[in-house]
Amino acid sequence: MDVSLDLLMNAMISGLLLGGFYAAVSIGLLGMAVYQVYYVAFERRDDQSLRGLSFFFGLLFIAEVGLILVFGVDYRSVNARYIGPSLQLVLFDLPWRLLVPFLVSMAMAIGLQIFLSRSFLGRAIQAVAQDQLALQLMAANPTRIKRIAFGLSIATAALAGACLIIIQPVEPSIGREYIGRVFAICVLGGLGSFPGMMIAAMTLGIVESLTSTFFGPSWAPAVAFGVLLVTLAVRPSGILGR
Amino acid sequence: MASSLNIANIDAGYGAVRVLHDVSLSVGAGETVALLGTNGNGKSTLMKSIMGIVRPSGGSISAVIDGATHELIGLSTEEIVDLGIAFVPEGRRLFPKQTVTENLLLGAFRPAARPAIRRNLDFCFETFPVLKERARQLAGSMSGGEQQMLALARALMSAPRILLVDEPSVGLAPLLVRRTIDKIKELKDGYNLTVLMAEQNFTQAIRIADRGYVIVHGQIAFAGESAEALNNNELIREFYLGT
Amino acid sequence: MRGTPFILILIAIAAVIFGLARWLDNSYAFFVGYVVVQYIVLGTAWNILGGYTGYVNFGITAFFAIGAYSSVVLHKLVPAMPLPAMIVVGGVMAGIVGIGTGYLTLRLRGVFFSIATLALAVVVQTLITNWDFVGGARGAYVLRPRVAPLIGGGYIDYLFLIMLGLCVAALATARAIERSALGFGFAAIRDDEAAAEASGVPTLRLKLIATGLSGGFMGMAGAPLPFYVTYLDPASGFSLNYAVNAIAMPLIGGTSSWLGPVVGAVLVGGLQEYLRVTISSAVNVLVAGVLMVVFVIIAPQGIVGLFKRKR
Ligand SMILES: Nc1ncnc2c1ncn2[C@@H]1O[C@H](COP(=O)(O)OP(=O)(O)OP(=O)(O)O)[C@@H](O)[C@H]1O
Ligand SMILES: [Mg+2]
Repeated sequence: MDVSLDLLMNAMISGLLLGGFYAAVSIGLLGMAVYQVYYVAFERRDDQSLRGLSFFFGLLFIAEVGLILVFGVDYRSVNARYIGPSLQLVLFDLPWRLLVPFLVSMAMAIGLQIFLSRSFLGRAIQAVAQDQLALQLMAANPTRIKRIAFGLSIATAALAGACLIIIQPVEPSIGREYIGRVFAICVLGGLGSFPGMMIAAMTLGIVESLTSTFFGPSWAPAVAFGVLLVTLAVRPSGILGR
Repeated sequence: MASSLNIANIDAGYGAVRVLHDVSLSVGAGETVALLGTNGNGKSTLMKSIMGIVRPSGGSISAVIDGATHELIGLSTEEIVDLGIAFVPEGRRLFPKQTVTENLLLGAFRPAARPAIRRNLDFCFETFPVLKERARQLAGSMSGGEQQMLALARALMSAPRILLVDEPSVGLAPLLVRRTIDKIKELKDGYNLTVLMAEQNFTQAIRIADRGYVIVHGQIAFAGESAEALNNNELIREFYLGT
Repeated sequence: MRGTPFILILIAIAAVIFGLARWLDNSYAFFVGYVVVQYIVLGTAWNILGGYTGYVNFGITAFFAIGAYSSVVLHKLVPAMPLPAMIVVGGVMAGIVGIGTGYLTLRLRGVFFSIATLALAVVVQTLITNWDFVGGARGAYVLRPRVAPLIGGGYIDYLFLIMLGLCVAALATARAIERSALGFGFAAIRDDEAAAEASGVPTLRLKLIATGLSGGFMGMAGAPLPFYVTYLDPASGFSLNYAVNAIAMPLIGGTSSWLGPVVGAVLVGGLQEYLRVTISSAVNVLVAGVLMVVFVIIAPQGIVGLFKRKR
């Protein structure tokens, strides 16, 4: 294999940019993890976790088939003036196609993190998974908090999806690949840890980018699972788990 | 302004099990009232009934907050807290994975508490210096005594008018029990609170209480109008003083 | 054996169904029947883990496709190998992967386990897509023999018979689990795993048994697939349809007993086939998903549960 510095550099850079994008997707999972608690508590007697999960799985499937009915199974892409040209720097090129989603994702992830750690609502969202009664004793309604958290996570994920089509063409089932990625990032970073998530997202972005550069893009989806397995085996609480 | 609590003839329990039978009790404005009773007699159940965690099947619970009267039965726990009634529950119920400061800030979630957040935080750190030292430590990793302090401080952050505390002494060493009880008094005086405190530790509770009730098998067995009266009560002698 | 009469009844029913299909002598009936019975097996397999222990597996296609692709490999290596032997191999392979998954995801509860299994499906698909020996992304053709061995007639008759046999085995296993100590152990894990562990239930071993059995039956259900479709590529072998049907059918029929997946598969499978013929294949795919969402909301105990409550 011919490894030139140039190629390595470009792979690293696009990996970093890709990582920024993954970061945005993953923060949506924080919301999911929180909402999951809702189900466990909500109808435990009816083992709602089984049905609640299947419910979401059904929605995933319906959304996917709905998209297929509307858009077909083919890859679709968009056009924008910034898709194509690159920002030329001394050592390497920064394609705008990756730079724009990176900046959008970073702004979103950091904004969300500030919201979660600085606002009353955000702090309540972080606490609701730990003790619902205690949260009620803080005058907060846990169901409302979870609803907000869930909505926020969905919105974040949707925005991330909008960024994805700038990076690459998409097709209706592509979302499934991201479930594994996002999950791997959250586990690797340590659930609930923002810096951990950032590091993990960057790492996965780089490793995936290197993998598709040197082994071919068809191997990229397997990287996340590899990362997940290694994390679970070596350090299940993640890099920065609380 | 005056804030008080009035409980009249409530029955409450869990499912088919009746725990409280026709319990009546009142806490006057600015009073500290002790709810005394040994294990399993229904202290926590009464506290939970007031907070809307357990739904009474009969009777009424009303609170006067700054002059306005509210019927509590039927309100959700968060609505009751929002009125200005704070509760330090059994087991403290801190957020273990949040830091001390985060726990305190969560205490101020109540909109009415937000404007005074800075002042209340300073007061908490001043009253409980240990919390200031450990401001960035995770609540779950603190010692039992520190956790009790944090639970009290967190309740205070909601700027309550009425404070309910369920067995503050449980699991603490004698010296710490003494300190905790003193702190409750300090908070009460500092914020002019109305306090209802469930306790098994009679001698400690009676140091700061104006009055007290003894609850036995879910019924008020004795209402002592003063610490003196409680001291001389037969039930107390039997259960606590072993004479 | 207490279960023997049950197995005999199942065999009798399967024999009647097969006899009926032979008497109709319509290959369409065999093709439809195969699909429905395949879903009974898949649904039952999913239910052993999902319904009994409460662990929701979303990665059905991983196990199903492992079975299917192990047949592709065996067919290339040993073309003369009889189908039942391939099914055993496919089942064992998928069962081993099931146990492995169980081991690796032991720490994961609830939604995390489910996401991990979904990720597993993506990984297995990636591996197969990159494996040229089985055709990679292009897919592989498998020559279906024209006549059935032993019984004569079209090969589809034989495939249907094999699938019926698998179905009998799966249902007998599921019912045996329900009525044994194993079933009580599974239920204990479902209701409260921590409490079960604290009271001495060997949760680890039970979970591995469940993941192994569940994965094994999924693999076995997938093993005859290449001969049914004759052309298998990763996109169709890993189609989300299989996963949704395998989850939807037990949930619609009822997860508490072996009968649920049967009822669900017959009703939903039948309805899908009807819609495919009368309206379009795009709509028929939606049916399982929509029905599942509706059922988990309004009839959480499934159809079997509805009848149980009435009595
Ligand atoms: N969640 C519950 N479900 C059923 N019964 C309960 C529940 N909580 C308490 N009880 C019962 O109600 C009775 C009173 O309990 P409670 O917790 O009010 O007592 P307590 O006076 O607070 O005792 P302790 O000093 O031990 O905390 C006990 O008999 C207890 O078993
Ligand atoms: Mg108690």
